[in-house]
Amino acid sequence: MRVPLSWLRELTPLETRPTDRTEVAALAADLDALGLVVEGVEKVGEGLRDVVLARVLEIAAIAKADKIRRVVVDAGGSEPVEVVCGAWNFDVGDLVVLAPVGAVLPGEFRIEQRRMRGVISNGMLCSGRELRLSEDHEGILVLGRDGGQAGTARPAGPETAARPAGPRTAAGPDAGPELGLPLADYLGAAFEPDVVFDLAIEGNRPDCLCVAGIARDIGARLGLPLRLPEPVVEGGPEPARSYASVEVLAPELCHRLIGKVLLGVTSVASPAVIGRRLTLAGMRPIDSIVDASNYVMLELGQPTHPYDLDRLGGHGLRVRAARPGEEIVTLDGVTRVLGTRPAKSDDSYAGSDCLICDADDRPVGIGGVMGGQSSEITTEASRVLLEVGYFVPLAIARTARRVGLRSEASVRFERGVDPNGMERAALRFCELVIAASRSAGVAPPVVASGLLDAHPVPYAPRRIRVRTERVGALLGIELQDAEIGELLEPLGFVTGLPANTAASGVLQVEMPSFRPDVRREVDVAEEVARRIGYQELPTSQRRSPYVGRLTDLQSLRRRLKRILAGLGAHEAWTMSIVEPRDQARGGVAGPLVTLLNPMVTEESALRGGLLPGLLGALRHNVDHRHPAVRLFEIGDVFALPREPIAGSQEDRELPEEWELVGLLLADFDDDAGAAVNAWRVIADALRLEGAELRPAVRAGLHPARTAEIVACDIVLGVVGEVDPETLLEYDLVHTWAGWLELDLLKLAAAPRRPLVARPVSRFPSSDVDLAFVVADSVPAAAIEAALGQAAGELCESVVLFDIYRGAGVREGSRSLAYRLRFCALERTLTDGEVAELRSQCIAAVERQFQATLRG
Amino acid sequence: MTTDPAGEIAQLEAEATAALESAADLAALDECERAAFRSKRSRFAEMYQKLGSTAPEDRRVIGRLLNELRGRLEEVADARRAKLAAAARVERLAADRLDLTEVLPGHLAGHLHLVTQVREALEDVFVGMGYEIAEGPEVETGWRNFEALNIPEDHPARSPLDTFYVDFGEPWSVLLRPHTSPVQIRLLQRGMLPIYAVVPGRTYRKDTPDSTHLPVFHQIEGLVVDRGVTFADLKGTIDTFVRAIFGEGTRTRLRPAYFPFTEPSAEFEMSCVICGGDGCRTCSGVGWIELGGCGMVHPAVFEATGVDPEEWTGFAFGFGIDRIAIMRHGIADLRVMIENDVRFLGQF
Repeated sequence: MRVPLSWLRELTPLETRPTDRTEVAALAADLDALGLVVEGVEKVGEGLRDVVLARVLEIAAIAKADKIRRVVVDAGGSEPVEVVCGAWNFDVGDLVVLAPVGAVLPGEFRIEQRRMRGVISNGMLCSGRELRLSEDHEGILVLGRDGGQAGTARPAGPETAARPAGPRTAAGPDAGPELGLPLADYLGAAFEPDVVFDLAIEGNRPDCLCVAGIARDIGARLGLPLRLPEPVVEGGPEPARSYASVEVLAPELCHRLIGKVLLGVTSVASPAVIGRRLTLAGMRPIDSIVDASNYVMLELGQPTHPYDLDRLGGHGLRVRAARPGEEIVTLDGVTRVLGTRPAKSDDSYAGSDCLICDADDRPVGIGGVMGGQSSEITTEASRVLLEVGYFVPLAIARTARRVGLRSEASVRFERGVDPNGMERAALRFCELVIAASRSAGVAPPVVASGLLDAHPVPYAPRRIRVRTERVGALLGIELQDAEIGELLEPLGFVTGLPANTAASGVLQVEMPSFRPDVRREVDVAEEVARRIGYQELPTSQRRSPYVGRLTDLQSLRRRLKRILAGLGAHEAWTMSIVEPRDQARGGVAGPLVTLLNPMVTEESALRGGLLPGLLGALRHNVDHRHPAVRLFEIGDVFALPREPIAGSQEDRELPEEWELVGLLLADFDDDAGAAVNAWRVIADALRLEGAELRPAVRAGLHPARTAEIVACDIVLGVVGEVDPETLLEYDLVHTWAGWLELDLLKLAAAPRRPLVARPVSRFPSSDVDLAFVVADSVPAAAIEAALGQAAGELCESVVLFDIYRGAGVREGSRSLAYRLRFCALERTLTDGEVAELRSQCIAAVERQFQATLRG
Repeated sequence: MTTDPAGEIAQLEAEATAALESAADLAALDECERAAFRSKRSRFAEMYQKLGSTAPEDRRVIGRLLNELRGRLEEVADARRAKLAAAARVERLAADRLDLTEVLPGHLAGHLHLVTQVREALEDVFVGMGYEIAEGPEVETGWRNFEALNIPEDHPARSPLDTFYVDFGEPWSVLLRPHTSPVQIRLLQRGMLPIYAVVPGRTYRKDTPDSTHLPVFHQIEGLVVDRGVTFADLKGTIDTFVRAIFGEGTRTRLRPAYFPFTEPSAEFEMSCVICGGDGCRTCSGVGWIELGGCGMVHPAVFEATGVDPEEWTGFAFGFGIDRIAIMRHGIADLRVMIENDVRFLGQF
């Protein structure tokens, strides 16, 4: 919402001067403190006193220059002024604006003498944008053609905006304006320096989508009264109902529709101040009728719609629900289809659209959204029917969304306009149209007396009970009943004691009709807080009665991250929204969870695993010449439940989601072995007990170099090597890469060694080295387990320390060498005991695995 | 044979001491020792043998002198030996000299992602304040995400233009959470009051990736529900954690805002950490940086989760983790966070 300070000052007597930086900043801070967030402060009207009117005397080409020309102008001085100009939209005789040397344009832009292509330029001819009068930068500002009018057409551009109505426009070629006159004097009071605040209005504050609402809030804060316009319009001899009618057939869509009839309307340019304010507020001035409608909306927040009464069949308006498939061409020339459901929708789209028809039931507008083309006001319009409606917010939101059209009107209706402000808006419109006619010197229209009024759903004021103590308790302050009343009354609230209670401490608060957001006691509390000022409210400390600590799972997650980082892996963050194709490429089969409304068509699923994302990250690093990296990620992955969601599965409200740990090892020589060792580091750090590796086949992983990690028959994860073909799929240079994946929750639940201390022996220990030739098909882990079992309680450790294949060992087998360490807690073992244990171990392995001891 | 044995002993001592002290290495020292007093043919031995032929009254005196001499010479030899051994050790180690700057690079530890580092730092502050860290799924029901949070059906956040919906169950009923607030609903539904919790986590919104937006990002929210919790408590809490995170001198301020799930609602800002409030590029010259939203939990949220709003009141707040990371580390483009470039990850 763009709000010119001058407009705001008209509605509440602020003392802020637009030229005083400090005062403007203070006002901006006050607006901020109210939650009317100032997103920008724009100074306008600066520099207009530095630039002067000039008439073009001569235009000449400059040698070797095809973009700029030499222009000589008469700026009222004794000598003509020569400038270089890059614009082409003017001719000799035109009235233009010269910024002479020394002038300072908006944005601290000082004009100096310059030399271009050998020609000295003694100033600049200004565009509308350079003077911040309009957005126009196509050419320079031309105030008059050939000493006269700005053109025959009525362009809705800066000329119209910048041209004052009144006597000056009547100036013909003979009585042209004085050359050298400062532009500020030519334009008049409407173009005095001003400040425009760009305010972000929260969605729950429709009352602040107009200058009056902002004036009410800021005025209350600063202790200033609100001065709403009180339009007085003299009614004509005939009542409005003798010219037109209004009726509402759909009270569920429209609570009230009122109409005003204006007779003998001549469309003219709006007075300068109206055009200027509309421009500053971000709207384009069109003519006195459209401008009056827009001005009323910006000032009072009530959208209105003027119809050409003579183009309305049956001279009337009828509001009804649109029939499915009904079409209308809106003002913007687009054909809109109403009453249908879009392909992708939920139930919030259900319900009908509000259609404005003429009395013959032909559609003439989409209620609260946009008018139709058929009854658009043209310059010939002489009888105008003004429609002022209260449309049901939800219905307008639905329709605006359905037809894909958000207008200034629909935004206001869908948030809620003031149901008690409609008559004021109607009269204000009439007043402005009459004023525009008088200002332009044409006969003002006659306003038919009385109001056309269809009011099927009367507005019922909302009253609630508010407990003073409760409001105070919520804000942390002491409050008296009277204080609440004093604070809220400037905002339009009416407070009093409820009729049926004598007790104090309970107030009856009547909400203003323009504040649909205030519904409950807490809403009143917020108003009280805003009035006092959030900054002014007290601050206190609240202590938690709990001891804060991480959960076991959170501690485990943090621990794992540090272990993995200690293994040289960087932590990655890869996207959870992915391409299904990429998941398949990385061995994640799904069934994937898909999105109904992806942002990019390809990225339509949630990741089902971590490997594809980490391979992508590896790919990025390879591309940037860092092929030797280790990366890990801990994050959620998703899958559809494997069983169909029917019958017994009905209570499943969400797809499966679980947290995985993924470690991709792609440093030099990283392979499945590196992954196994990473797993061992984790298993050791967590004191895991009884976890085994079982050969497994997994998509994306090497079929002969992959194992499941199993503890108590629960698969904790998988360890091994990435399938070389998968590496190729990602165009990776690596011959191999290790992969470790763990399910965080299952890992957290896996059995661990108890924390009870195990004593260590103080007596010397004895080592026994045993090498066996074993078939390749026998896992080393099995030998190790058998040794551990045979060695019994005196065995401190069994460690595989050498593997040998080659001469002396038969094909299909390998030699595995283990070191067993024996010791007893209470004594030194005798040679005899150790020899006995050794024999038991050898016998066990030879018997179980057809292994032979290697001599 | 001289008649002055004492003089002879003194002379022997002078010569032997000089020889021992100048022995160049351990072998030479051994040789000197033998020559001086250990060998049977040494002058010392000779003098000792001659004692037998000396007058008994002299014998005792000379014998004592000779024994004392031997003791002194042994001390000299030991001292010299220790000195030579030390020198030899120094020489031996010097041969093992290593230029410590010529060591080949080994493996470095990996680094935790910036988001993890910031998230953990934030978590630690709240753990220190006695808060629990609560977590919840990223795919959530529309009910926990919107209805229970008093977000009306026509609210733009619910539009498929803003929120990702997941193809599961009833169409448009399951989604990727656009905020961590559904975990607040889970906490309230758990029924364990009072609640002092923060909820960090990954969230999703349909924002086109640019330098300050990613469709996937991280948030942290706080929820406090207790008897007699006030807006003043909210202000104090925000002030406390902002100072704990950004430093003692940081100030905070609240201004009115609108969120459906809180009333009164506020945006909270902190004084710019770069300029301290004077105005700079980071804070767009205003001296304040917008951090997040907060407010008193709306009674409708309590009602939806079966908590009595007459007995319990509470506040909630939330802000972006990634935003704090980019602010704290001067990161110009958020997209670098998901590239996982080791040249970036390894910096922090």
